[in-house]
Amino acid sequence: MDFFSRFAVPHPSPAIYASMVAIGLTVIAVIAGLTYFKKWGYLWREWLTTVDHKRIGIMYLISALIMLFRGGADAIMMRAQLAVPENKLLDAQHYNEIFSTHGVVMIIFMAMPFIMALMNFVVPLQIGARDVAFPRLNALSFWLFFAGAMLLNISFVVGGSPDAGWTSYFPLAGNEFSESVGTNYYMFALQISGLGTLMTGINMITTILKMRAPGMTMMKMPMFTWSSLVANIIIVFAFPVLTVALLMGTMDRLFATNFFTTSNGGMDMLWANLFWVWGHPEVYILILPAFGIYSEIISTFSKRNLYGYKSMVGSMVIISLLSFLVWTHHFFTMGQGALTNSIFSITTMAIAVPTGVKIFNWLFTLWKGKIVITTPMLYSILFLPTFTIGGVTGVMLAMSAADYQYHNTMFLVAHFHMVIIPGVVFAMLAGLTYYWPKMFGFMLNEKIGKIAAWVISISTLVAFMPMFFSGLDGQARRMYTYSESTGFGIWNMISFIGAFGMAIGFALIVYNIYYSTRYASRDIGSDPWDARSLEWATHNPVPEYNFAIIPQVESSEGLWDAKKKGHVLFKGDYEKIHMPNNSGVPFIMGAIFFAWGFSFVFGLWIPGILTTIGIFVCMALRSFEKDHGRYISVKEIEETETKMRGAK
Amino acid sequence: MKFKWVVLSSIFTIFTLLTGCEPLMVLDPKGPQAKTQADDIILSIILMSVIVIVVFAMLVYMLIKFRASKQSKDYEPPHIKGSLLVEAVCVGIPVLIVIFLSVMSVKSNYEVESTPKGYENKKPLIIYASSSNWKWHFSYPEENIETVNYLYIPTDRPIEFKLYSYGPITSFWIPQLGGQKYAMSDMVNTLHLAADVPGEFMGRNANFSGKGFAENTFNVEAMPKDEFEEWVEEVKETAKPLTEEKFDELLKPGHLGQSTYTGTHLGFMPPPEGEHGGHNHSSNDSEKASANDSNESETEAHQNH
Ligand code: HEM
Ligand SMILES: [Cu+2]
Ligand SMILES: [Cu+2]
Repeated sequence: MDFFSRFAVPHPSPAIYASMVAIGLTVIAVIAGLTYFKKWGYLWREWLTTVDHKRIGIMYLISALIMLFRGGADAIMMRAQLAVPENKLLDAQHYNEIFSTHGVVMIIFMAMPFIMALMNFVVPLQIGARDVAFPRLNALSFWLFFAGAMLLNISFVVGGSPDAGWTSYFPLAGNEFSESVGTNYYMFALQISGLGTLMTGINMITTILKMRAPGMTMMKMPMFTWSSLVANIIIVFAFPVLTVALLMGTMDRLFATNFFTTSNGGMDMLWANLFWVWGHPEVYILILPAFGIYSEIISTFSKRNLYGYKSMVGSMVIISLLSFLVWTHHFFTMGQGALTNSIFSITTMAIAVPTGVKIFNWLFTLWKGKIVITTPMLYSILFLPTFTIGGVTGVMLAMSAADYQYHNTMFLVAHFHMVIIPGVVFAMLAGLTYYWPKMFGFMLNEKIGKIAAWVISISTLVAFMPMFFSGLDGQARRMYTYSESTGFGIWNMISFIGAFGMAIGFALIVYNIYYSTRYASRDIGSDPWDARSLEWATHNPVPEYNFAIIPQVESSEGLWDAKKKGHVLFKGDYEKIHMPNNSGVPFIMGAIFFAWGFSFVFGLWIPGILTTIGIFVCMALRSFEKDHGRYISVKEIEETETKMRGAK
Repeated sequence: MKFKWVVLSSIFTIFTLLTGCEPLMVLDPKGPQAKTQADDIILSIILMSVIVIVVFAMLVYMLIKFRASKQSKDYEPPHIKGSLLVEAVCVGIPVLIVIFLSVMSVKSNYEVESTPKGYENKKPLIIYASSSNWKWHFSYPEENIETVNYLYIPTDRPIEFKLYSYGPITSFWIPQLGGQKYAMSDMVNTLHLAADVPGEFMGRNANFSGKGFAENTFNVEAMPKDEFEEWVEEVKETAKPLTEEKFDELLKPGHLGQSTYTGTHLGFMPPPEGEHGGHNHSSNDSEKASANDSNESETEAHQNH
C-alpha cells in the first residue's frame, strides 16, 4: 500500500533514532510525573480547558519558547555544517529538511505564537476589559495552532520533514520532485494553525473595537493595542490568501490537480505570487506588535510620553497598506521586466519612510527623558541600531537591479535575520521580561537578564554580519556545502561562533527563569516598573476577572495620570461579574484536527473522513449547547481583592 | 564627479582589505551589467551607512545626556506632543533619499534589462541555457553546438541568454558578469550579459532546487573573438552529435562532468517559447528584444493567447 511505502523512517540517521528515543522517554516521563503527582485533574481543569485569555497567553508563550529551542537547534546544526568547507556532518537531504523546518518553525511556530502570547495577555488588560470578545474561540485558536505545531514537529520522526524550503516553491514542492510526505506535513500544519490565526484576527479586532474601557477612544488606545489592531487587520486580509494557496498546493499533491505543476497548464509563478501576497504582510504581522512593545517599554523607562503618538499610529496604518503592495520584491528575477520591477522597487522603498518615522519617534522619546536601563529597556536600546542595519540593507535589496545580485544569497539571509531578530525576537524577550511580573507575580533577575541581552545581541552581529560579505562574495543560500577554493570558509566560521554565542544567550534566559522562580521576591506590588498604562493598574498576578471594577480613563496613559494627576480609575462599587465557563471542546477539536491533518498527510482516507465528520459534530454540538457562563459574586470579589492586597 | 570616484575607490579598497586580498565577487565586475550593479551597491552602501551613523549618533547622545543617573532626583520629564518641524524633517529627508534611490533603481533596472551599454551596435550571441536536475545545458543555435556544465563566450560581444528549466525553478547566475534570473519550465527568460575582459568566472544555479543544488555550478570562460571561433571549429570537428537518446540520458537527475556535442537539443526538444510556451508573463522589453530576434516567436505567442 502506498501508505506503508511512505511510512518508513524518513532519514535513517543516528541523530533521528536518538531523537525518537528522546521523544519517547520524555513522553513517558511526563505521563509518569503527572500520574505520580496526581496532576491530571489540575492540568485538565485549569489549563487544557481554560478560556481565560491570560492562561491562553501563557500557553502560547510556553509553546513559543519550546519552538525557539527546536528552531535554534536546527540553526546550530546548519551553522555547524557550514562552519568548514566540505563538512560531512549532514548530507544534502538532511540539510534541506533542517533549513526548511527551521524556517517554518521560527516564523509560524515561534514568532507567531510569541506575539499571540503577548497580544492575548496584554491587550484585554490594556484596554480595561475582562477577556477577549470570544473566549472560547480564543481557546480553539490556540489549540489549532498547537495541533499544527505538533504536526510539523512529528514530521522528522514519522515520514520525513518538508524539504523544499519554508517558501515551498513549486514545482520543487510537487510530488515529482518532493516525493516524501514532508511537504504534505507543511501544507496541513500551516493550514491548521493558519485557521487558528485567522480566528484570532477576528477575535482581537472585535475585542479592541468593542470592549475598550469607558473613555478610551481610538486615539487614546495604548500603542501596543494600536499595533495589535493593525496587525490583526493585516491577518484578516492576508491569511485567507495562504489558506487558498495551501489548499491548491494540497490538491496538487493529493489529488493530482495541476494548479502549480507545470505540466497541463499549471503555473509555478502563481504559487510564488500567492505565497508572498501572504508572506510579505506576514512579516509586518510579526513586526508591528513588536514595535508596539518597544513603544510601551521605551516610554515607560524614559519616564516620558511616547513622542509623536499620532504619527506612530499613522505610520503603522501606512505600513499595513504598503505591505500588500510589495510582494513582487521577493522575485524581481522572475522575468517580469523592468517596468513591473520598478513599480515594486519604489513601493518597497516607500516603506522605509514610515519605518524611519517610528525610529526617530523612539529616539525623540528618549529626548528630555529620565532614562532607566532595565533589561527590557536594554533590549530596546540594542534593537535600535541593529534593526537599523537590517532595515537599510532592506532598502538596498529593494533596488531591483542590485537585487539581481543579492537575490538567493547569504546577503538576503543576513538582512532578514538582522531585521527579524532585533525586531521580533528582541521585542519578545523584552516583552517577556517586562510582563513576567504580571504573568507570574515575580520579577526575572535583572543582572542575568542584562548579561543575556548583551550576549544575544553581540552574538547576533557576529552571526549575521559575515553573511553580508559571503553573500556579496557569491555564496548562495541553502547550499549544504561549499568547496575550500570559494573562500567562504572564514565567514561561515565566524557565523558559527556567533550562532553558538546566541545559544549561550538563550540558555542564560532559561537559567534566569529557573533562578528567579526559585529565589526572586514575591513581594513586588502591582506596578514594579512604575509604568503608565492600564495593565499595571490591577494586581500581580492578575485575578481571573482582570479588574474588580472596570476602569475609566481619560488618556492613553491611564495609570500614569492616576498616579500623577490624581485621576480616579476605579469608580463605583463591586458588582457581580459574568465569566464564561471552561470548555473541553476546543482542546478536543484541536486533537481531532491533528488526527485529521495526520490522516491526510499519509492519504489515509477513512480516518480522514471520520475526523472530518468529528470536526463538524463538534461544531454542531456547540451550536446546540446552552452554556451562559457563571457569575462571580460580590463576596468572592471582596475576598480575592483583600487577599491580593494583603499579598502585596 | 571626481569626488564620487575618490569615495567609491576608497570604499572599494576598504572592502578589498577586509576580505584579505581578493575583492568580493559581486564587487569585482567583469562586464557592463555587473558594473552597473556594483556601482549601485556601493553607492547605496555609502548612503545607508550615513543613515546608520546618524541613528547611532542620536542614540548615543540621548543615552548620555538623559540617563536618570545623571539627573537630579526631582527632574520630571515634560509631556511633549511632537513638533511639526521635527516630523517634517524626519519624513522629508528619508523621502528625498528614497526618491533618489528610486530614480537610480529604475534607471539601472532598464539598463540591465537591455543590451549592455557600449554593445548596442553589435550583434548579440544567443545562447540557450537550460537546467535539468542538477546540470546546465548550453545550446549555441548559431554555431550549432551544445555544451554541458561549462560555457565559453567571446568578449566584446553582447550575449543573450535564453533561460528555461527541465524541472524546478533554477536561477542562472554569473556574479562577475551580472545578476541572476530565473529559469522556469514553462517559459523562456532573457538575460543580457557581456564580458569586457577575458577570464574564468564562477557560474551557478542560485535558486534551491533539491538535493544536488549545492553542486549545481558551471565554469564560464570568456575569451577573445578568434579564440572563441577556434574553439567552435574544434568542437565541430571533434565532438559527437547530440542525439535524442543521448539528451534524454543527460536529463536524468544526477551530476555529470563537462561534455560537448555538435548540434543542439533545440530541434527535437523545443524550448517553452512561442507555441511551446506554457504561459507568458514576460515584459515589454523582452518582447521587444525577441521581436528583433530572427529565431524567436514570442510575439506570436501573445497573439495565440
Ligand atoms: C538563533 C539564531 C539563528 C541562526 C544561527 C539562524 C541561521 C539560519 C541559517 C543558517 C539559515 C539557512 C540559510 C540558508 O542556507 O538559506 C536560516 C534560514 C532561515 N531562518 Fe534562521 N537562524 C536563526 C534564527 C532565526 C529566527 C529567530 C528566525 C525567524 C523568526 C529565522 C528565520 C529563518 C528563515 C525564514 C529562514 C529561511 C529558511 C529557508 O531558506 O527556507 N531564523 N537561518
Ligand atoms: Cu517582502
Ligand atoms: Cu514564468
